[in-house]
Amino acid sequence: MNVLFENLPALLIAVPLFCAFLVPIIGRFVPKIRDAWIVLASLASSLTAVITAIIVYTKGTIVYVFGAAAGTPAAPIDSGGIPFRIIFTIDGFGAFMLLSAAIVSFAVVLYLISSQKERSGKSEFYALYLLLTAGIFGMVSTGDLFNFFVFLEINSLAGAALVSYHRRGGIAAEGALKYLIVNTVGGLMVLFSIGILYAQYDSLNMAVIASQISFSTLNIVALVLFITALAMKAGSVPFHFATPDAYSVAPSGITAAMIVASQAGLYGLFRIVFTLYGDIFNTVTIGWVVIILGVLSMVIGVTMAIPQKDVKRLLAYHAVSQTGYMLLGVGVALAVLGDPLAMAAYGQTAMEGGLFHIINHAMYKGLLFLAVGAVIYRTGVWSLNKMGGLGHNMKWTMIFFLIGALAIAGIPPFNGFASKLMIYESVFAFNPALSIIAMVVSILTLASFMKVFHSMFMGPQLPEYAEVKEVPKLMIAGMVILTIFVIGFGLFPDLVVNNLITPAADALINNGAYITAVLGGGL
Amino acid sequence: MIGDLITGYGFWNPLVWVAVMATGLLFAWLIWRCGESDYDKGTEQTKPYLSGNDEPEKGAVHIRGGNMYWGFTQALKGYYDKLVPLHSGVVNDYLAWFLIGVIVIFVVVIVL
Amino acid sequence: MIANLPFIAVALLIGIALATILLKKNMIKMVMGLAMLEGAVNLFLVSLGYRENGIAPIFTNAPEGADMVLPTVQALTLTNIVIGVATTALMLVLVMVIYKKYGTVNADKMRRLKE
Repeated sequence: MNVLFENLPALLIAVPLFCAFLVPIIGRFVPKIRDAWIVLASLASSLTAVITAIIVYTKGTIVYVFGAAAGTPAAPIDSGGIPFRIIFTIDGFGAFMLLSAAIVSFAVVLYLISSQKERSGKSEFYALYLLLTAGIFGMVSTGDLFNFFVFLEINSLAGAALVSYHRRGGIAAEGALKYLIVNTVGGLMVLFSIGILYAQYDSLNMAVIASQISFSTLNIVALVLFITALAMKAGSVPFHFATPDAYSVAPSGITAAMIVASQAGLYGLFRIVFTLYGDIFNTVTIGWVVIILGVLSMVIGVTMAIPQKDVKRLLAYHAVSQTGYMLLGVGVALAVLGDPLAMAAYGQTAMEGGLFHIINHAMYKGLLFLAVGAVIYRTGVWSLNKMGGLGHNMKWTMIFFLIGALAIAGIPPFNGFASKLMIYESVFAFNPALSIIAMVVSILTLASFMKVFHSMFMGPQLPEYAEVKEVPKLMIAGMVILTIFVIGFGLFPDLVVNNLITPAADALINNGAYITAVLGGGL
Repeated sequence: MIGDLITGYGFWNPLVWVAVMATGLLFAWLIWRCGESDYDKGTEQTKPYLSGNDEPEKGAVHIRGGNMYWGFTQALKGYYDKLVPLHSGVVNDYLAWFLIGVIVIFVVVIVL
Repeated sequence: MIANLPFIAVALLIGIALATILLKKNMIKMVMGLAMLEGAVNLFLVSLGYRENGIAPIFTNAPEGADMVLPTVQALTLTNIVIGVATTALMLVLVMVIYKKYGTVNADKMRRLKE
């Protein structure tokens, strides 16, 4: 048992990968137990992630060296202080992302088991899904830049393959191709920047690079490429174009998982800006770049969402818009990073608001995609123009959708309100105009969801949907899990912020702690 | 106090909010209960009155999603006419935007 | 100058690849451009690892006193080649599906998802 606990970070990748490659074999020979196996596999990988996160929160940063005996320091003495092995470094921020990914990926599996029942090619589908999970877990826990790139590519590849799984007359392939091309270019740019950093510091370890990095034009090129490529993965304007294309054609459960996958890109962005480059740059400029990206995402995302007619495309534009809030909150903290007074006054709160919004967004946007997917599952209709009166037959789905919609629009007491309030009030102290924009965007979000809710669920029962039934129980179960978190995080935001968010924010702000954890003080 | 989320400017306590809302709803319900019921099911009362015209068929009454916020998009026509065509669906354009973004951010970071 | 030659080649390759990706409307050619971009990044990585008079880090029959190179970048390149093969294959499959359904591989006509 102890061996398992000592090697938890390795299991984080090993469990989903191992289970993923077993799925096709089980599906081939004993198809009866395949569904049970997948639920078990997802439960096991999510539990591994949750336990890892709990250990990080209680005992501090985990530094796991692959292939070394337990207790070996990351940088062995005879290596001249260079950690040459592959290293996983999971600090507060990584643990926080692991937690959000674990919850969503398990809820989505329950949903998928039921919604994919009638579909063909299930074994490969679930294998890809577990690969996607492994990619997300790897991205948020690795301490090695090249490893980060590999997991980024696993994430993009599995994501694109899943998006294209149900062809829908070729448009699924179109969405997946656009997503994959855009993310491949982004991934290669990330690798190029990694090459630039390796050329100067002869190391791929983030802590080593962070401790040695200096101000030079080459490093700025690398930073700009990192920011743009990872913002593209996260779906921020003006790099968002492929995001709605991919999200609108993916199977609904998968779209919910893709939200977490894109947030892993956001993780990379924050990790590189804060931990890698935190010490040396004029963070005001970079902070403002991130803020501008955030504001553009918020405004353009929500204004593009309002006239949409395809319901999933509408939700995808809202995902772009909500990403803007996270960028805004964290960008403000980045802009005042060099100013301890402002940092204490509002920077810390802005940071926590932005990070809190990440996990909130994963929960309520996941819930919305699952609820909309439930409607599409029963009606087979994507267009809002053709829907109506479904509240008569799908009461549970309607309630879940309503909870998700109120949460995303920032209506108390759901979780979206808590994080948005933190962002509004701290950003107001930084620059009132930004805060007002954020509030207007929130109002437009509410307006847009009024439209969706009305045209999907309200109105008289339409004759073409008289036979529509409530979705199966497992799909409801997936939505219930996310609803519990939406309401729970909304009712007890102080507990979440104090116990989960503040350690994550501190881990990003104090990049010295990250370096010391890996290199052990002296170099 | 338990449940206080410090937001920098003030605090937010959802538990108190829920309690206040619940009390408000309770009072509203109590006042509503004091009223007199004069609603009879299954009579003429329950039918919609449309100036004496017949009630149209159910499907025709529902306002479809595409009709909503027409006024909003119409008022911001200039903005939408510029913004919507940018989402052209051509993958070359997507990558051109990426390149433009890289160059713009690079110039901004170098200059400032 | 001669030492910088690989980097000039990398810059040229990236330029050609980006031009291909941005200007070619044929999806197959675009995928070729992406493969070229990947090749450029691979070349960049490999040329970073070059050390004058360095030898491969194989200890069997290694000459005395020669400097060995750290084979990290070679490992990175190999990994990236594998990833690149998977990506290119998936993209080509998707292009094939689109061609079957739409009857075209032109990016300008491949836009049922827009706005």
